[in-house]
Amino acid sequence: MVDQAALENDQPLLVATSISKSFGRIAACRDVSFALYPGEVLAIVGESGSGKSTLLQLLSGQLAASAGHVSYRMRDGVARDLASLGEAERRFLYRTDWGFVHQDPAQGLRMAVSAGANVGERLMAVGWNHYGRIRETASDWLTRVEIDTARIDDAPRTYSGGMRQRLQIARNLVTEPRLVFMDEPTGGLDVSVQARLLDLLRSLVAELQLAVIIVTHDLAVARLLSHRVMVMKGGRVIETGLTDQVLDDPREPYTQLLVSSILPP
Amino acid sequence: MNAPAYNFAYLDEQTKRMIRRAILKAIAIPGYQVPFASREMPMPYGWGTGGVQVTAAILGPADVLKVIDQGSDDTTNAISIRKFFAKTAGVATTTATEDATVIQTRHRIPETALSENQVLVYQVPIPEPLRFLEPRETETRRMHALAEYGLMHVKLYEDIARFGHIATAYAYPVKVNARYVMDPSPTPKFDNPKMDNCPALQLFGAGREKRIYAIPPYTQVVSLDFDDHPFEPYRFNAPCALCAAEDSYLDEIVTDDKGGRMFVCSDTDYCESRQAAGHHGSLSAAPYKEKAQGGING
Repeated sequence: MVDQAALENDQPLLVATSISKSFGRIAACRDVSFALYPGEVLAIVGESGSGKSTLLQLLSGQLAASAGHVSYRMRDGVARDLASLGEAERRFLYRTDWGFVHQDPAQGLRMAVSAGANVGERLMAVGWNHYGRIRETASDWLTRVEIDTARIDDAPRTYSGGMRQRLQIARNLVTEPRLVFMDEPTGGLDVSVQARLLDLLRSLVAELQLAVIIVTHDLAVARLLSHRVMVMKGGRVIETGLTDQVLDDPREPYTQLLVSSILPP
Repeated sequence: MNAPAYNFAYLDEQTKRMIRRAILKAIAIPGYQVPFASREMPMPYGWGTGGVQVTAAILGPADVLKVIDQGSDDTTNAISIRKFFAKTAGVATTTATEDATVIQTRHRIPETALSENQVLVYQVPIPEPLRFLEPRETETRRMHALAEYGLMHVKLYEDIARFGHIATAYAYPVKVNARYVMDPSPTPKFDNPKMDNCPALQLFGAGREKRIYAIPPYTQVVSLDFDDHPFEPYRFNAPCALCAAEDSYLDEIVTDDKGGRMFVCSDTDYCESRQAAGHHGSLSAAPYKEKAQGGING
């Protein structure tokens, strides 16, 4: 007997085939190819201006690539080219099967409506129409991201930076996506809050079998969360491999520089 | 004497054709906001410039016009607009709902049931139901196009979370013909059920925002709600103090500074015709009391 789930996991979730993007004469992203498998966490590291964020936008269909294409395996098991999806399909994918965690929570949250409604919005968008159940699910998710449920009716603008970021995560995960994009999720948080957030992310990722593409300039975040690392410089992927392999035994001079520039504890 | 200086119903014929095209498109796509080239009217924005343009475009010489403002035929806004069309179009005007063929309204639907040969024209301040949730017009148009209306429920959710029930009392969002979510202009939600399957054509004009939308006759109009918090029309729990009506929408009128108040029908025509038919309320005016007490003058 064939284990269908195992067979499914053998196929990549997202495949990028030599994607490039140029803004006028500036090539922000050149010839990037990789495959991401279900449950895999991929970190994209590099300094500012290396093309990390552009790559993330290309992968998540927010920007159209100048060349190459990205395909995604939908829930029905069929791989589709993102560029061929209609806008309705892409937006549906966005609020069901995908999540996007922004560096600035104000971009990913509705700051003026309550935390409960923030978490519930995706549910309502896919047709949930029972207030009690929406609220129950929202409060369940607040518990999972360690936010006191007594604050369910408070707007995120009254939340601290760390709480906002956790709320943003809850809001994204409530529809049980299979793929989450994260853009510097720990940027702007102090070190102890960062540590707790990373801890939370790691347990959620493992528990939900999420595939994650995380963009960061913080190698410690990459080391803690990711299975694989891609190092970018000048729009190109210069080195890729298992996280410990790349970080402990960097091959490229630039990666060696990056790793050695971490201050010793 | 009437209006030789103006074209019939104030607007020139080309403008009326343009507005009629927008109206036809709006009727063809129920609930969809059609942009149109709204004109300057001889009244300030917020006084019904959208409704007036729609009325001007559909009015014919044989039409009988009624204008109401919050249900009332005799407020400044209603009287001015009625006079405006009496002067510029020379049409007959009335205050009786049954006699009117075109009814321009600000924020109420008459209590008397409308019929197939009537058109109800609403004055709309803000046509976009998603406006206060999503400020970007480009985004709200896209949401309408893709029928993404989860955000509308976010507003209702917020109401329940804050007040324990859906506290939106006016401009209560509706879904028209199972497709477009529409702002029924700031009518009280008491009036929402009257829009559903209504025999009369309903047209909405927003002058400042330059939008026209419509509900064709006999179209399904559903008020949005949650399964466990269903839509409920709201009405003060009292009879009208003048005509004792139990089924009409009531205005609360403060009568002194000691907490005194009275509830009266917001629809003046409905209230007056009930009084003429012999219905009396607890605070009815002197003639009734005189009669009841045998009268002062005999």
